[in-house]
Amino acid sequence: MRSKSVVALTGVFALALYSSMAVGSKYNLPEPQSVIAKDIYDQHIMLMWICLAIFIAVFGVMFYSVLKHRKSLGYKAANFHHSTIVEIIWTVIPIAILVVMALPATKTVIAMKDTSSPDMTIKATGYQWMWGYDYLQGEGEGISFFSKLSTPKAQVENKETKGKDYLLEVDNRVVVPVGKKVRIILTANDVIHAWWVPALGIKQDAVPGFIRDTWFTADKPGIYRGQCAELCGKDHGFMPIVVEVMEADEYTKWVSAQSTTAVKTSMHVENK
Amino acid sequence: MAAVHGDAHGHGHDDHHPSGIMRWVTTTNHKDIGTMYLWFSFTMFLVGGFLAMGIRAELFQPGIQILEPELFNQFTTLHGLIMVFGAIMPAFVGFANWQVPMMIGAPDMAFARMNNWSFWLLPVAATLLVSSFFVPGGAAAGGWTFYPPLSVQGGLGVDLMIFSVHILGASSIMGSINIITTILNMRAPGMTLMKMPMFVWTWLITAYLLVLVMPVLAGTVTMLLTDRHFGTSFFNAAGGGDPVLFQHVFWFFGHPEVYIMILPAFGIVSEIIPTFSRKPLFGYSSMVYATASIAILSCVVWAHHMFTAGMPTVGQLFFMYATMLIAVPTGVKVFNWTATMWQGSMTFETPMLFAIGFIFLFVIGGFSGVICAIVPIDIQVQDTYYVIAHFHYVLVSGALFALFAGVYYWIPKWSGRMYNETLGKWHFWLSMFFFNLTFFVQHFLGLAGMPRRIPDYNLQFADFNMVSSIGAFGFGLTQLLFLYIMISCIRSGEKAPQKPWDGATTLEWTHLPSPAPYHSFEKPPVVN
Repeated sequence: MRSKSVVALTGVFALALYSSMAVGSKYNLPEPQSVIAKDIYDQHIMLMWICLAIFIAVFGVMFYSVLKHRKSLGYKAANFHHSTIVEIIWTVIPIAILVVMALPATKTVIAMKDTSSPDMTIKATGYQWMWGYDYLQGEGEGISFFSKLSTPKAQVENKETKGKDYLLEVDNRVVVPVGKKVRIILTANDVIHAWWVPALGIKQDAVPGFIRDTWFTADKPGIYRGQCAELCGKDHGFMPIVVEVMEADEYTKWVSAQSTTAVKTSMHVENK
Repeated sequence: MAAVHGDAHGHGHDDHHPSGIMRWVTTTNHKDIGTMYLWFSFTMFLVGGFLAMGIRAELFQPGIQILEPELFNQFTTLHGLIMVFGAIMPAFVGFANWQVPMMIGAPDMAFARMNNWSFWLLPVAATLLVSSFFVPGGAAAGGWTFYPPLSVQGGLGVDLMIFSVHILGASSIMGSINIITTILNMRAPGMTLMKMPMFVWTWLITAYLLVLVMPVLAGTVTMLLTDRHFGTSFFNAAGGGDPVLFQHVFWFFGHPEVYIMILPAFGIVSEIIPTFSRKPLFGYSSMVYATASIAILSCVVWAHHMFTAGMPTVGQLFFMYATMLIAVPTGVKVFNWTATMWQGSMTFETPMLFAIGFIFLFVIGGFSGVICAIVPIDIQVQDTYYVIAHFHYVLVSGALFALFAGVYYWIPKWSGRMYNETLGKWHFWLSMFFFNLTFFVQHFLGLAGMPRRIPDYNLQFADFNMVSSIGAFGFGLTQLLFLYIMISCIRSGEKAPQKPWDGATTLEWTHLPSPAPYHSFEKPPVVN
């Protein structure tokens, strides 16, 4: 008996340690930086609690049964095989729970699809294997550049020590002002890519020959990193997305600095 | 329960068949064909497993060590295709071949020669698929979902894959028609539809799903083939097509396919839980209705695989609600299994362990399924390791665990010998441990932002990837133990009695000796 409870306790501790590695660390959804991302984060947490409650209820019953209703304990089998009332109850309750889950989700879906009246619009184009950005409307209109992985090849080939932002760093970041509604228009040049920035709560496929759109409003300045999320060939794992959110005045400075270099950059790439 | 004597005396008088290799090439016997299906699927399971080991070895540490990115993509693509079409599906068809005739009191499958043909197509298709690694340009590398335009870019490997899928589809359709015809026409007198064993019911519904969606897959890959070689533009915007059309058609096949791989698993578990609880299945008719509703719902939820592809708000909401609804009949099944165990007189032999393990882990996969169904959350987890974790909980600890449960349950009837119970339990506990070690951490990886199908990753993902790889190697090795258990059972296991499980009630246990004679139920039993 003692040895059994020791084993059980060790198991519980191992489980607790295991889950504490995840809870509240970088192993949950990243800290949300926009209204939508915050909604997603909260709904995910809510669903986790609901799932946990159902899990404990269902497997509480099942494991009670597993422990007590054993032949080895001399338990005699009952012979019931249906109960209409019980079956109706456990059909209706899950439907009610699903409605509770669906309500906030519906609101968020409607909000995330509303790309109307943006403060600025940026077109992102997926290429094998980099992103191209064109600032179409709003402050910075006309800026255009490509954004490629800047991690040195030697790090990938294990010849150099890998940095903190290994595979999540680019030569030219997408720069946007804080608190402004930014509409991202997406397309692709060759195959399907997907533009994903977890902290901003957006992921949208970029489909060649078609236009898709999505939006975000960043809550505070910072650098937010993401990756292409749709398999796009050999270097799918090597085309990150980096969004730098700036205060309004810094952003204005960045725009005026760009207007001189932007033309050069795009010329340079086309000539290549 | 029934009045039959005919086959209770072991070897029938017409037990003649060619010996050696020709027995297997020419056989029309459902038991021989079932055996071949099972060995074939286990072989493909090892091949697919080898690819999985390659994937996990590359992901053991950040950086590129073993597989170059292009080869890595070929590994992930073929791992998926081989496991789905080569391992899981044929294994269930193998079960259907062995069990459906015996459980409904039929002498064989309805179309015995076609049965032979639908099996022998499989090795051909598998050869095409596996040999594509060795053609110029290598195997298909666009993922097992082979979305165009990426799959239009590939080389000869993609064409081999397309032909392979065609052949596998033809095999599946023939197999399903055979199963439907057998079940509808060859049941023993007195066995009405609502008296059929649950496994037979689930296969009947699965077979209808297969007949419905496999032609759609064949159409999809044909369109892809003509886009690649004959100048059509179904999936090319420049010619008036749409790449997203492919995704719609593919997932119209692909989502029912998910249920094709899980409904027979439900059936196997619904046989095992009552047997080892020594109590009838709770809510038999609601189980049948739940299975049918899952099958019908599975045909109207396909676009939940495409929430990030770009869809109108109304479309997203419809597919979200429809997907969430599947949780209801699935929940009914789990509750029914729990109620079956409740106040039973349970024992925990290996089949029961795998069946309970199945329910436990499948429910986790079901929860993450509901979470993925919620559009806003899916926007975050789509195409990440979260989704990988989700569908491995459903397909490995779901479909595969049920297959293991079924093999341990029926191997005494098939081989006439018992497996080693101690080793069987070891197999279960090791599988359970290593499976969770491999896949539970992948939920965290996905939430933290690791996309799927990447050969290399940021350092923040390093520790859990290493844990996951260690788990995968352990899980892979554990399956060799299963192979050993089965071989030693078939060669030198203890003789099995006719009914080694005292709670079993279906015809193969009550009417047939172990091993089941080569020809069984030539005179149908009568079921009261």
